[in-house]
Amino acid sequence: MSLVIQNARPETRRRWRALAAGAALSALVGLTTVLPAAARVFDPETFTLKNGMQVVVINNPRAPVVSHMVWYKVGSADEEPGKSGLAHYLEHLMFKGTEKLKPSEFSRTVARNGGRDNAFTAYDYTAYFENIARDRLELVMGMEADRMVNLRLTDDIVLPERKVIQEERRQRTENEPASRLFEQLYSLLFVHHPYGTPIIGWMHEIEKLTTQDALDFYKRHYAPNNAILVVAGDITAKELKPLAEKTYGQIAPVDNIPARVRVIEPPTEGARRITLTDDQVRQPNWTRIWKAPSYNAGEKQYANALEVLENILADGATSRLYKSLVVEQKIAAGVSLSYNPSALDLGTLSISATPAPGQDVASMEAAIDAELAKLLSGGVTDAEVASAKVRLRRDAIFARDSLQGPAYSFGVALTTGQTVADVEAWPDRIAAVTREQVEAAARHVLAQNNHVTGILMPAAQVEAAPAAAASAAGGAK
Amino acid sequence: MDAMKMIRRAGLLLLAAFAMVTTSLPAAAIDIERVVSKGGIEAWLVRDAKNPIIAMQFAFEGGSERDPEGKLGLALMAASTMDEGAGDLDSQAFQGKLDENSITLSFSAGRDGFVGQLTTLRETKDTAFDLMRLALTKPRFDMDAVERIRGQLLTSLRRSQADPNYWAQMAFGETVFPGHAYGRPQRGTAQTLAAVTRDDLVQFARTRLSRQGLKVAVSGDITAKELAPLLDKLFGTLPAKAELAPVADVKPAAEGKTILVPRPIPQTVLILAHGGLDRSDPDWYAATILNYALGGGGFSSRLMDEVREKRGLTYGIGSSLQSYDHANLITVSGSTVNDKAAEAISVTKQIWGEVAKNGITEAELRDAQTYLTGSFPLQFTNNGAIAGLLLQVQRDDLGIDYLNKRNDLLNAVTISDVKRVAERLLDPARLTTILVGQPTGITPDGTLHK
Repeated sequence: MSLVIQNARPETRRRWRALAAGAALSALVGLTTVLPAAARVFDPETFTLKNGMQVVVINNPRAPVVSHMVWYKVGSADEEPGKSGLAHYLEHLMFKGTEKLKPSEFSRTVARNGGRDNAFTAYDYTAYFENIARDRLELVMGMEADRMVNLRLTDDIVLPERKVIQEERRQRTENEPASRLFEQLYSLLFVHHPYGTPIIGWMHEIEKLTTQDALDFYKRHYAPNNAILVVAGDITAKELKPLAEKTYGQIAPVDNIPARVRVIEPPTEGARRITLTDDQVRQPNWTRIWKAPSYNAGEKQYANALEVLENILADGATSRLYKSLVVEQKIAAGVSLSYNPSALDLGTLSISATPAPGQDVASMEAAIDAELAKLLSGGVTDAEVASAKVRLRRDAIFARDSLQGPAYSFGVALTTGQTVADVEAWPDRIAAVTREQVEAAARHVLAQNNHVTGILMPAAQVEAAPAAAASAAGGAK
Repeated sequence: MDAMKMIRRAGLLLLAAFAMVTTSLPAAAIDIERVVSKGGIEAWLVRDAKNPIIAMQFAFEGGSERDPEGKLGLALMAASTMDEGAGDLDSQAFQGKLDENSITLSFSAGRDGFVGQLTTLRETKDTAFDLMRLALTKPRFDMDAVERIRGQLLTSLRRSQADPNYWAQMAFGETVFPGHAYGRPQRGTAQTLAAVTRDDLVQFARTRLSRQGLKVAVSGDITAKELAPLLDKLFGTLPAKAELAPVADVKPAAEGKTILVPRPIPQTVLILAHGGLDRSDPDWYAATILNYALGGGGFSSRLMDEVREKRGLTYGIGSSLQSYDHANLITVSGSTVNDKAAEAISVTKQIWGEVAKNGITEAELRDAQTYLTGSFPLQFTNNGAIAGLLLQVQRDDLGIDYLNKRNDLLNAVTISDVKRVAERLLDPARLTTILVGQPTGITPDGTLHK
């Protein structure tokens, strides 16, 4: 249970279409322009139960199955200081039984009925899902509604799970130097806002989380009026509504759901930089992250233009950065850029690059700086903007060819300040982006000098090895 | 399944739902058309016009296991350079056409096969198939592109070396398949990648891509009539036969041995394995159920229950049944904090021994059957997944009616079938153990990659 969506490390060459099939499609929200048949993206139906729980239905009759997801408007950024990891810990504990269901019986029941279940936690949301045959939908709705209010936790169950989470942190972060660097970079980028704290939590705080902490957090945040039901698959709103009323509809709303007001990030200044040296690292790597507007915070009028910019700079082997740094200058082996606009508070924009064999990080960084300076002084072309917009439109069509992808898109949108209409109108907003807006957005983000830069380096004693290997590779030319 | 028991446990208000609890799929899970071109090339097609998307996957026989010993990584390098320019189009021109038309075209080299994938909108299908034909028949392998890709493979290899799982896989291959092609690194090494020449790549494309044993799968918005001529266009000019060096069958070695790759990391990564079962073995379905109950069932398996749920020793542990053309394995993989590695291994071996002796319970059998049959349609929800499944069924030689027979095969397995296969298959004393980290309380029989 519990895939934490961490800050994804970009691949050398972006394979966005692969994302449409899976659940990890943070860049995917929204999508499309003028679609040939239906002029909208996912064409969802939506209604709200009397207790305030919003419901979104996306019909996709390809197979007799559904993806049933419940999204809570609470994530790690809503934790109190000193309790890092609590949202994710609770997510694990949600599988530990209710008044009616024994520990572990939730997942076993889903599996017994041919379903797959899991859950994930991010800064701004926590989500639970079951992918299952449509004739078992009512079963999982009943179970999911049950654990929204009837969770039962005792120390004998809660404490071994804390060890599981410590193992999860060791596996994801401590055994992986690149993950440790990312964790440090985010804590440098956000000096005050909770986005600087890792979703999984700091180890010294995880090990002190208690059963009572989890129960308090649960009571404060888990309620129908703080949750969204998204069902995609072989189902319509008309069919779903009676089931939703019979299950989630029976739960009373909670009056005092805390407002999602996080501390405001102060202005930061000065470029910050860290180098993480590790014995296990064989290949140097370079990353820079900027704070950026999101759909919901900062200078949000730039968000769609930044998506177009992302496409121009880094989507595919003919994009600007890849073409210049990898193909022409041969200074990088790979380069990627990732802009994340789906956040309740500020978003981020990051560039990662790996030096080509025989090249060093410093020269590569200088080449990246030069490329960005060129962008800021020379702008982009009308042709680049037009081509990027066409490709973004097509992304949306590919995004529809998925069971869970569309449900994921609505879950992220609705827990980060967007509406169903916003998702569906995304094509229109992308279509309206102009070259001038792309250039202004680029200046707004990339001209800031308060970015953070992280360099991953091999330890001194193994530094000789890659150089030897590089000359071996060079020898084959 | 015992629906009444579940009602009590779940205690829900949903009596209606339980009336519908069954174990069978809709009669025809999926309709597959067999498309045969004029030139005799066969493809399996699932047509669906809900989205204007076409996904194709195809496989040639023979993958990275055929790489010459001094040129390990050759198949991977061919896969990574075949889309770097073809015909009159150099790398940037070729990639530009892909980008501008939102076409995904790629190749990959695995054990036993070389796979191509193409995803396109219907409106760009002619361009997409044309580019694929060029990549298959007229790849350029320009030196500039070859060197760029070589650099990428090398840096990507070095990046992986920071990951203990990379070393676990390396040590596993060397220990279990010493001296055999399956034991060598599929991604090569810095030295072997450097040794691959442009001529090797040209030779690879010329001799390895053929109509012999070619399998083709398509899903999406295309008719059989449209597809048939495209098959000839794509594959018709390839040679009838491939030049494939023979690969010997091999049995896993180092039974019962423990091999350590020492690394100064907080958590130990572990793999345990011994011989498995051939995909064509009549006991395959019983073994599939056995594996699900042992550790193939996500949160509902003995390994997860004992190692994670009860003891909190791991974030994840699972087992898998792996059948290759020349070897078979059953493996366990997981990770645990260094000072608990001995306990995690001991619990795993205990479960292994217990199941070898007593098999699984009736309830475990039923749970495995209802999961494995009931979850099957979850694989039919997008074109890429459907094409992948159709390809795998062809590569495993299961027949075009397999998808509609599969659930009956699983449901026919009895508790004594599982007991028989458990006895035959599982033996804790034979498990080879690979550890990466600094586990305490374990004396290894050998160390690798210090």
